[in-house]
Amino acid sequence: METLEPLLSEHPFIKGLDPKHIQLITGCASNVRFDAGQIIFREGEEADQFYVIRQGKVALQIYTPGRGSIIIDTLTDGDILGWSWLIPPYLWRFDAVATELTRAIALDGKCLRNKCEADHDLGFELLKRFASIVDSRLESTRIRLLDMYDSNGNK
Amino acid sequence: MTDFSPAVIIERKNFDALFNALKQMGYHIIGPTLQSGAIVYDTMLDLGDLPVGWREAQEKGIYRLVKRNDLSIFGFNSTPQSWKRFLHPPTQLLWQSKKRATNVTIAENVWKAEKLAFLGVRACDLKAIEILKKVLIDSPYTDTNFKKRSANVFIVAVNCSQAGGTCFCASMKSGPKVQQEYDLVLTEVVEKDRHYFAIEIGTKRGAEIVKIIPHRDAKIEEMENAEHIIENTITQMGREVDITNLKQLLYNNSEHKRWNDTAKRCLTCANCTMVCPTCFCTMIEDVTDLTGQQAERKRKWDSCFTLDFSYIHGGSIRPSVYSRYRQWLTHKFASWQDQFGTSGCVGCGRCITWCPVGIDVTEEITAIRAIDNTQQSNILTKEKQ
Amino acid sequence: MIATEINKNLENKIAVEMIPEFFRILHVQRDTQDTFTLELEPPKSGFTFAPGQFNMLYHFGVGEVPISICGDPAINDKLTHTIRAVGTVTKSMQKMKKGEVLGVRGPFGSHWPVEELVGNDIVIVAGGIGLPPLRSSIYYILASREKYGKVVLLYGTRTPNDILYRKELEQWRARFDMEVHVTVDRAAADWKGNVGVVTTLIQRSHFDPFNTVAMIVGPEIMMRFTIQELQKRGVVPENIFISMERNMKCGIGFCGHCQCGSTFICKDGPVYPFKAIKDILVKREI
Repeated sequence: METLEPLLSEHPFIKGLDPKHIQLITGCASNVRFDAGQIIFREGEEADQFYVIRQGKVALQIYTPGRGSIIIDTLTDGDILGWSWLIPPYLWRFDAVATELTRAIALDGKCLRNKCEADHDLGFELLKRFASIVDSRLESTRIRLLDMYDSNGNK
Repeated sequence: MTDFSPAVIIERKNFDALFNALKQMGYHIIGPTLQSGAIVYDTMLDLGDLPVGWREAQEKGIYRLVKRNDLSIFGFNSTPQSWKRFLHPPTQLLWQSKKRATNVTIAENVWKAEKLAFLGVRACDLKAIEILKKVLIDSPYTDTNFKKRSANVFIVAVNCSQAGGTCFCASMKSGPKVQQEYDLVLTEVVEKDRHYFAIEIGTKRGAEIVKIIPHRDAKIEEMENAEHIIENTITQMGREVDITNLKQLLYNNSEHKRWNDTAKRCLTCANCTMVCPTCFCTMIEDVTDLTGQQAERKRKWDSCFTLDFSYIHGGSIRPSVYSRYRQWLTHKFASWQDQFGTSGCVGCGRCITWCPVGIDVTEEITAIRAIDNTQQSNILTKEKQ
Repeated sequence: MIATEINKNLENKIAVEMIPEFFRILHVQRDTQDTFTLELEPPKSGFTFAPGQFNMLYHFGVGEVPISICGDPAINDKLTHTIRAVGTVTKSMQKMKKGEVLGVRGPFGSHWPVEELVGNDIVIVAGGIGLPPLRSSIYYILASREKYGKVVLLYGTRTPNDILYRKELEQWRARFDMEVHVTVDRAAADWKGNVGVVTTLIQRSHFDPFNTVAMIVGPEIMMRFTIQELQKRGVVPENIFISMERNMKCGIGFCGHCQCGSTFICKDGPVYPFKAIKDILVKREI
């Protein structure tokens, strides 16, 4: 959509891309909105899209029998939600639920995937950016894995 | 120093008078005694306790008494324990308290000031006492009991006429000549036909003691002879170590390969910290009786070699032998300088003698210096250029 | 330099040697499953301290532990300590009731650089039980709020059940002149707040990194990563302060237990400028 281009092109994720690539991406973009409590996607579903959160809060959850759903990460304004559309078998590994009213830009992952296969330059640029996001999420996860607030020193 | 004659001579036969004079003035005299196959600093009841004609053979992990071929009184070097235990006792009761419902009363254990005289303090040990004073008195908080104990101790110091197998006071610049303040300092001279003490007087009360015992002014040659003996002692040092930039050397080599080797040998038995004249670490022990109504707090010697020493919830900060040995050596020779302005080591060699596996601090330092990582990194940067 | 001056002024308050003075417990608050807050009644002469300092607390016959003072430094007729039950002594303190007495020695240690904060933005990052020692500095800052720029509090803990001072956090967040972000490592699905490591909150906060003083307390790993993140954002090392922890027995620099490199945490710390302790944080088993 044309009106989304100025919005997206300022986002750190998109910034610096070739203008023709930006056009490509915004061509696959649409405005979406989730109400508080609305499920954005469920574990196991096909990962066709990813989202740039404009405003709001999204909780990533894992459901475990007996313990119920555990929130393992929350994303907010400016965060990118979802990269499973890039990695086979292109299925979501977690549930995503809007904690509060959330507005986001949805990007057609399937469409972008095909465009990346066709244009490797675009593919490389996108993968570089995703690698950076995955890296910081992994760091946050690894530090929490240490359970450093636990006092028992269980190893 | 100008009120009294700088140097006097006391003949061996009149040494008893010095001892008796101190005793009569009410001093509790602590000096070298022959006990349990060793020369040990302990309360002296009479001169019969002195280790006359004895010396030690000291090496890594070895201490043996050996008979001398003369009757020197101070012909030995370092004892298993230093003077530390009399000023900073291994166990100190700090206070006792009683609790009745929510009422608590505490009675502090106040150490009664005692007139102590130390007979035969070596240069290294005297420096060690000064170092302990810096640690325990010159801090933001004062160890008042230590201050009381260490104030006014009558010091009869001794310049060593021979060096021991593990001695390295010359390298540490803390001896063999006594450099700290003393009441009297003796250099024992044993010749074929003469046995006497060349004595320098350091204080008024030292002069007063000398006045009442048979003595005469020293001749210049006699004092020069005494100097000669001390210089000779320097050449006999059992160990030597290069202490140039030692602080930076140890700070820069915290990951040195040598620590691995030493860690394989060290038993963390803590002997070195017990015999060291400057190690001051203590633990605080809170105990109660079975009723829970009475409690006591004691302070006891502790050692950084124990696993518990660095324990906080979750585990010990220094669980490995590697880190604990490194901590002790680095503290003693490096961090101590930043903390208290002097080295923590006086070169007495006790830690070398009393280590059951024969770890020698001078060897450790030399090994680290041999492949100094600071140098390595400097070489690497030069190569890059 | 400043720490010594402050300590001198407080010499007349408590016996600064090894004898505790006993204070009555006025109030016991169970904060979370393992954390509780004791409000103590000091003697009539009061109890003054500087934010960041700690006391040695003694449970009669059981033992003594170092605990940060977490009350308002402007109030000297109440002494507050938030304690986590992790060992023998703290677990026995957890059972104490109102009216019982607790031994106190202190205050000891260095304090937060509250004078240096004036005119700057302030970022406070607390991890877990690191919030109590920072709370006393928050009170100090809010007491003369106009002296400072932006004030940001970032607090991370294990789960929503481990959040301390919930009511106060909500009050502070409701203020127009303070930014508060809270996060947990993980949560049940009914949690409406953030989930993620506390460093992720730094991106979202509003402060001028070139004029910011940061105060950080938490597990050492958390402090290391927080410092990295703040530096990435542009905060200079000179303006970062942390609080260190080691085994303490005497609290007054004699027993040697709290040594960390060449510093004694009880008298040179526990509050340190990052620059002073930088080399130690990267060394292992020091």
